[in-house]
Parts: sequence; C-alpha cells; structure tokens
Amino acid sequence: MERTFYDKRGIASWLFTTDHKRIGLLYLMTSLAFFAVGVSLGLTMRLELIRSGMHIISAQTYNAVFTLHGVVMIFLFIIPGIPSSLGNFIMPLQIGAQDVAFPKINMLSWWLFIIGGACAVASLFTGGGPPDTGWTFYVPYSIRTGTNISLAVFGVFLIGLSSTLTGMNFLTTIHRLRAAGLTWGRMTLFTWSIYATSWIQLLATPVLAITLLLIIVERFFGVGFFDPAKGGDPILFEHMFWIYSHPAVYIMILPAMGVVTDIIPVFARKNIFGYAFIAASSLAIAFVGYLVWGHHMFTSGMSDTARVIFSLLTFIVAVPSGVKVFNWIASLYKGSIRLDAPLLYTLGFIFLFSIGGLTGLVQGALATSLHVHGTYFIVAHFHYVMFGGAAMGFFAGLHYWFPKMTGRRYEEHLAKFAWVFLFIGFNMLYFSMFVLGWEGMPRRYYDYLPRFNGPNLVATIGSWILAAGLIIMFYNFIHSLFRGEKAGSNPWEAASLEWQTPSPPPTENFETAPVVTRGPYTFND
Amino acid sequence: MEHRDYIGAKLGMWLFLFTEILLFGGMFLVYAEYRDLHAAEFHDAGKEMSVVIGALNTVILLTSSLTMALSISEIKRGMKIRSLLFQAATVLLGAVFLVNKYFEWSDHIRKGLYPNSPELLALSHGKVLFFGLYYVMTGIHALHVIIGISVIAFMLVLTLRNRISASDYVKLENTGLFWHIVDIIWIYLFPLFYLIL
Repeated sequence: MERTFYDKRGIASWLFTTDHKRIGLLYLMTSLAFFAVGVSLGLTMRLELIRSGMHIISAQTYNAVFTLHGVVMIFLFIIPGIPSSLGNFIMPLQIGAQDVAFPKINMLSWWLFIIGGACAVASLFTGGGPPDTGWTFYVPYSIRTGTNISLAVFGVFLIGLSSTLTGMNFLTTIHRLRAAGLTWGRMTLFTWSIYATSWIQLLATPVLAITLLLIIVERFFGVGFFDPAKGGDPILFEHMFWIYSHPAVYIMILPAMGVVTDIIPVFARKNIFGYAFIAASSLAIAFVGYLVWGHHMFTSGMSDTARVIFSLLTFIVAVPSGVKVFNWIASLYKGSIRLDAPLLYTLGFIFLFSIGGLTGLVQGALATSLHVHGTYFIVAHFHYVMFGGAAMGFFAGLHYWFPKMTGRRYEEHLAKFAWVFLFIGFNMLYFSMFVLGWEGMPRRYYDYLPRFNGPNLVATIGSWILAAGLIIMFYNFIHSLFRGEKAGSNPWEAASLEWQTPSPPPTENFETAPVVTRGPYTFND
Repeated sequence: MEHRDYIGAKLGMWLFLFTEILLFGGMFLVYAEYRDLHAAEFHDAGKEMSVVIGALNTVILLTSSLTMALSISEIKRGMKIRSLLFQAATVLLGAVFLVNKYFEWSDHIRKGLYPNSPELLALSHGKVLFFGLYYVMTGIHALHVIIGISVIAFMLVLTLRNRISASDYVKLENTGLFWHIVDIIWIYLFPLFYLIL
C-alpha cells in the first residue's frame, strides 16, 4: 500500500492541516467554488444584456451583480488562484523542501481567506443588502450608499491579510529552504514567478488594507478624508486604491506566466530559451508595475504632466511581458512538439494574453484612452488578460499537475474538446466587447441602446458556449479523479524536482533530501 | 516536521514589519497631502494637543523598548527571572501609555473635538482633517500597542514554561522587533501631531 499525503483521514485533519499540499488543495477547492459563483453572476449579467430593453433583474440588482462578480472573481478566485493553490502544492516540491517556512501561518492564511469570503457572502444578505459600488468602491458613493459596504470591505481586508502572509511565507521559503545544489539559477521559472508575485503580495496589499480600513472608518465616524465637504479629496482614494490594485493585476498574471514557462520546455522537449531574461522580466514586471497606477485615472483630473509620465511607464511595463512572449515562441521553435492539453491551453494563453496585452497599450496611450475609457473596450481588455490569460494559464497548470496532485491522468480527448468550446465561446463573448466598446457602449450599465444589439447577442451566446466548455473541463477533472488511469511519478517526462517523487507525494515530499546537479529543463531525449 | 531555522524566522518577521511600515505609510501619505494643503490650520490645530502628555508617552514607549531589549539580553544569558521581570515591565509601560491616551482622547472628546461632531464641523477644513488624522493614526497605533502587549504577555507565559530559553529565544526577539516598530511609529507620530507648533 503506497504512502501518500492523503493517508491521514478525517475532516479535522484537513481543516487544521499544516501540510502545504493539503492547504493547496483546500485553496483549490474553495477558490474554484468561488469561481463557480463568479461565473453564475457573469452569466446573469449576460442574460440581462442579451437584448436592449430586456429586464430580468432590476437596475439595483444589476449593480449588485457586477459588484459581486468583480469582488468574487478578483479577490476570491484570481488573486489567490494560482499562488495559493498551485504555488502552495508545487513550489515547495520544486525547490526540494519538506514544506513551507511557516506551515502554521500557511494554515492561518487559508482560514483568513475563508472567513473573509464568508464576510463577503454575508454582505449579500445582511444590512442594506449587497454592495452596489463596483469592486472598486469609489468614494463618495461607497461612503453614502446604504448597502452593506463595511462587511464586504472587511471581508476583503481579511483576504488581503491572507495574501500578505502567504507572500511573506513563500519569500522566506524560497530564500531559506531550497535543496542542496538548487541555486537561484536552477530554480524553475514557475518558482521564480511565485517569488516575484510574493514580493507584490507582501508590499502592495497593506496599502489596500489601509484604504479599505479608511472606508470603514469613514462610514462609521465620518472622519472626512475623502469628503470634499470636510476638506477631503475623493481622488486621494483613487490613488490609494490603485496603488495596490494595479500591482494586484501582476499578482494575477505572473504565476500564470510561470506555469506556461514550465510547461513549454516539457512539451517541446527542449530547454527554455532565455532563462535569465524570463526570470529577470518577472522581477521587472513586479517592480515597474508599482509605477503605473495612474493609468486607471486618466480622466479623473490629474495634470497633463502626470498623465504623460504614467502613459510612458505603462508602455515600459509592457516590454518585459513582450520579452516573455518572444522567449516562449523561441522555446517552441524547432522543438519536438507534444500537443497534449497542457500545451494546448498554453498556446491559448499566449494568443489571448497577447491580444489583452496589446489592447492595454491602446488604453495606455492618452488619446485613445479618452475614447475607450468607461466603455466595454476596457471590460474586454481585462477579461482577455485575466481570463484568457491568467485563468487559461491556471487551467493549463491544472492539467499539467493533475497527475502529480491526484495520482491519476485526466482524459486527454475530453480536455481538448473542452478547450475548443472554451476558445470559441471566450472569443465570441469578449471580442464582441471590443467592438461594442469602440462603438461607444458604456460599461456597468444594465441596459443599452438598440444599435448595440448585434454584438451583445453574440456575446451572450458566447457566454453559454464558454460555460459549456467550463462544465466539460471540470467534469473531466472530477470524473478522472475517481476513474482516471493511474499516473506514475513522471508521466510527462519532465525534469523538475516535483516529478522525481511519487504521484501523489508522501507527506514529507521526498524519501531522502534531494541533491540537485542540473537545471530544471534539461532533457536527454 | 520539527525544523529550527533562526535566520528564516527573523527573515519572516522583518518581511512582516515591512508590511506594517506600508500600512502606516498609507496614512502618513494622507497626512502629508493634507498638511501640504492646510499648513496654517494644522499648525493652529496642533495647539490643542498637550505636549506634556505626548512627551511623557514618548518617554514611556522608549523606556518600554529598553526593557524589551533587556528582556532579550537577559534570556540569552539564561537569566529567566530577570527576563520575566523586564517583559512584565514592558507590558506595564505599554498599559500606562494606553491609559494616558485614554485621558487625552477623553479630554478632546469632552471639548467636542471628535469626528463628525458639530463643534468640529464648525471649524475649518484643515482642522477637521487634522483631528481626523489624529484619531485614526493614533487609534490604529493604539490597536498595535494592545496587540503588542498581548503578544508580550503570551511570551511571558512561554518563558515561564521554558518554551523560550537561552537555546531558543527567536520568538522573544521577533516580539521585540514588533514592539520596536510600534515604538518607532510613535516616534514619527509625536512630532507630526504634537511638535508642529
């Protein structure tokens, strides 16, 4: 009978575990549950917007739905997403460690995530009802609205604390617990991406924390920091909010980039092109990402000088991402390609992320920014990068590491079948939004003029096809969990450390502490 | 899975302290913006503050940082009782700080100088913002003092039970680091609210 980390039974052994693999799976299950909630909210919006004049929900309800969609998807799915689930499970294995540096704090992080999520959900049913300010909680409306902002915002505060502690934990882990011979230059690029992401989680989240606390303080005590009637400044709120929330998008995308960078060498059977540049670009994105927040505020009243500088920095931050895309293509070039699901989802990621990234430049240029601000163009852009990018990367990682986590193989044909639905549905849904935005349809509106009917119908149908793809993909995972073919320790013939131990791994990860003598992408075939 | 990593424990704590600096940093940013806009009124509002109580509290916290540091050097020497006494002294000084703050706040509140009070709203914008910042910043600071006192009290119990000793004292050192940052933040709050006359 094989010894795996699943052996110890009982619900308490899961809820109070300090094993990074179990914590990773707990995060995975709960963030996917929140993803399902977010998808349902999104589908509801698309139903409301299927046709001009359609009213299946009230305007107030619509405002609450898009607010919640944003809060759930951003704070409960995409930000924790890869780092807390795949990062927790895989990163310590990749560095040859037995666990993270602070296993008990790791458990605390998950509990803070759950309690924060519970607060956010509770805000739906208590007080003045679900928040209706948008996930950005702009003042003065977030101060004046009667809806249950304080509870929702407090929930986000707890989730932020969870994120900060995870960042601290992972940084210490990577600095201190690498196996013998595992130099910085021999780490996988997934671990490098988790490292860069952890710096952002550590340093950016506290600014969000204080901003959210100030909203709560404002609502309860009327202090006046953001209230012009008392001398306060609403634009100060925007600055403080976006100083976190822009770096946050790099928390979302860097791990996904790390995932695909690990996948490509394995499925092209050759070493990654430009290892040092990919590692350095992760750090560059993390750093420059702190400097561009003003591009969310081009129409809020900043000076021309400030806007030009933010626009320039926004163009600069695109460069390291471009470096990665070129390096990925170069890594595939003349490779011996195995088009299994992890690579197929990776290719989807590269294509969709590129579209998202390039349209970010349209928004970063001041003149075109004025045209598309507050329209569906923005909505399309961020869904291409966050969903077509980060989430697609997440799905690629789930397929790639499924055998390691479960000891079984998913069904390959079903995975590819799901991908077709996902790809077609995604582009129908979100490419239409580029068109709508360019033509002038505003975002966060519960209705629209009849001239926007065509693309809206295409988008709603696309949302159904996309949802079907998600259902097929998750059905594949769940079915394979119970009926999948058994996987060995290294079904992909990969070279990184997590594949040099059984699938699933034993509790202590490695029978004997590994000693590393070569890089993570060196193949002998 | 028992592993002792002294450097790792210190590294984790220092990283956490960075986050505290950023948390308070956000508020110092707000202070900087509004002071820049309302310099004269901040100056006037500062006259309401008692420099004596502020200075007293500063001395109290600095002394408590001394007793905290001494509690660590004593445990390193294996002097358990002395370490316990210095830890207790730190808790006591922290409590006195909070008592002083209670009296200070009560005094201001009695004069009607609290957020959203009719008396305060009748004053100029600069003064409204000054007092808002005063309550929020010293309030969140006081919350950290309470947390610090609680953690030190917990360390006291661990020291009693020999879970903190000359061979394993990193928990006490990290607690000390936290207490020092609480002290340092006050060192910045004191001049910004009490000495800008």
